[in-house]
Amino acid sequence: MSDPEKPIDPEKEKRKIKSVKRMKAIMTDYYIDAKTAQQNNKKVAWITSGGPVEPLITMDVIPVYPENHGAMIGASKMGVDLCEKAETMGYASDLCSYARADIACATVDGGPIGGLPRPDMLICCNNICGTVLKWYEVQARYFKVPLFILDTPFIHTEYTQTVHDYVRAQLDEYITFLETHCGKPFDHDRMMEVGRLSIRGQELWQQVLDTTTNRPAPMSAFDAFFHLALIVTLRGTQTVVDYYTQLLDEMKTRVAEGIAAVLDERYRLLWDNLPVWYRTRWLSEKFAEHHACLVADTYTSSWCGTLKYLDEKDFLGSMAAGYARIYINIGTDQMADMVLDMVNKYGVDGLVMHSNRSCKPYSLGQYDIQRIVREKCGIPSLVIESDMTDARNFSESQIGTRIDAFMEIIQ
Amino acid sequence: MITVGIDVGSISAKAALVRDNQLVGSRVALTGYNARNAGEKVFKELLATLDIRTDAVDRIVATGYGRNSVDLADRAVTEITCHAAGAHFQDPAVRCVIDIGGQDSKAIALDENGRVVDFAMNDKCAAGTGRFLEVMARALEVDLDAFGKISLKADQPAAISSLCTVFAESEVISLIARGEPRDNIIAGIHDSIAGRVVAMAKRVGIVEPLMMTGGVARNIGVVKALEKKADCPVSVFAHAQENGAIGAALIAAKEKG
Repeated sequence: MSDPEKPIDPEKEKRKIKSVKRMKAIMTDYYIDAKTAQQNNKKVAWITSGGPVEPLITMDVIPVYPENHGAMIGASKMGVDLCEKAETMGYASDLCSYARADIACATVDGGPIGGLPRPDMLICCNNICGTVLKWYEVQARYFKVPLFILDTPFIHTEYTQTVHDYVRAQLDEYITFLETHCGKPFDHDRMMEVGRLSIRGQELWQQVLDTTTNRPAPMSAFDAFFHLALIVTLRGTQTVVDYYTQLLDEMKTRVAEGIAAVLDERYRLLWDNLPVWYRTRWLSEKFAEHHACLVADTYTSSWCGTLKYLDEKDFLGSMAAGYARIYINIGTDQMADMVLDMVNKYGVDGLVMHSNRSCKPYSLGQYDIQRIVREKCGIPSLVIESDMTDARNFSESQIGTRIDAFMEIIQ
Repeated sequence: MITVGIDVGSISAKAALVRDNQLVGSRVALTGYNARNAGEKVFKELLATLDIRTDAVDRIVATGYGRNSVDLADRAVTEITCHAAGAHFQDPAVRCVIDIGGQDSKAIALDENGRVVDFAMNDKCAAGTGRFLEVMARALEVDLDAFGKISLKADQPAAISSLCTVFAESEVISLIARGEPRDNIIAGIHDSIAGRVVAMAKRVGIVEPLMMTGGVARNIGVVKALEKKADCPVSVFAHAQENGAIGAALIAAKEKG
């Protein structure tokens, strides 16, 4: 609620992104649809954030993302309670905080939206981590629903034909799984259309992110963390295409009018790893205090990072590479190359890496990437230790000092 | 021109006064419960000792964990930047500083102008810090100031493997129960700190000459253990504990300059 006593800062108002309202409305509708699916005879599938959602959209199954929900739990500062609940159930505090929050939430229907709708099936793709396998097995047992696992081998150096054939064959099994559990045949023509919309959505998302190549940047990574939800959850729908078209227009207008995400932007930084969901505002203000804008990040760009492998004419075939070759399923050298490309593309002055206690695959290799970036571009970098959802792993004064000292180096 | 640096750390507050690029005096006091007061108190005490009036001070820079709570300071600068400036002032050849304070340890790489190039800090854990030593001194019933000298007498430093201060304390208690000589236990504690800090310092790169600053630099045992682990000499100057405050005073002078 707005405080009537507090005067509105016109400068701050001007910098607010107007599309946020539309985005919130879409996400509300989406969760209402998902929560009322059963009444409307629709099926719900829980799916991992890096999982292939397009076949679900094709089959009119509502995809629900425990990880998106985890982000919401984190942002609403409800992560600690749920993590503690999971620990009471016997899960180790070293386990991913999204997994802990989700496993606990399912038993109490807690969190900011009173829990996720009950799944009819679970789709787990291990391109993001190995934890999801056990996590989804736990949920499959808890809800007594079928689980489909898509195994994407880790791409250490090259994407071989064997890997391709292996993943491609599983996509056919995925379709058979959906046909069995939805009780209807898979519509390949519809899949073509969904694939086209998925590619279009990803292209638009990339264009939105690329507006920050402008100086000053019209948006920051903190804005991207928010607007990301759509490309994750509803990829392959017209809704995403329409929304990002609107957001892109707004960003272009902001560029034309010189509206910056950070007042008097002087330094441009690149963020690595997931956000610290319960501290995004604090971090964003901390960096803004130093006139630093996080102009790009490796996280939100992951949902358009494999566009080069996708083929509209053979979407299903190209999906194998599109899903196996995502940012955290590739070797450290390739990850470093992508970071270096981003450093150059967005013209950044420094790299900020969140060593995320929850996300080991993302955090592994950060010190090597840091060294490679230092050697090849000579820009300074900072590692801050925290956790995306479990606020017990965040110490404000320690992180504050690191950021202040890092900015003193850059200045 | 007179400038003062005030370093409010987690355990002690330090103040240093610099006149025309010369260190005139410095003072250390316990921070205690009220960090805000601690900074002002140590500042006033220093001025009284030196018989200098408050209005004669041209600029004040605060640093340390309590840097933002020192109201009389003109500006706050992090202890990383200040320790680099202080070390550079003592020895312009220094390219790497290991600072071990009350609640954190840092490794700082600096350039020929005393500017920070890179740094690493301990994670959210007291191991490898002054607080760790305090806990151990209590468990061993030894005055912390005597730690360094006692450890030099050790013939076989005990192995302390736990990285956690609380668990390391249990380990120390078990060693005491087993009748392990006190000097060996203390030397083991110093080795454990040195091992952890050197591993962290290697991330920024250990380059000679290496200097140690911060309150723990007063402990000769830790300095010797660091030399062993880093395999190079470690220099410590007389005002190592006040180095952050000295750096802050120098930065204040440069800004006023």
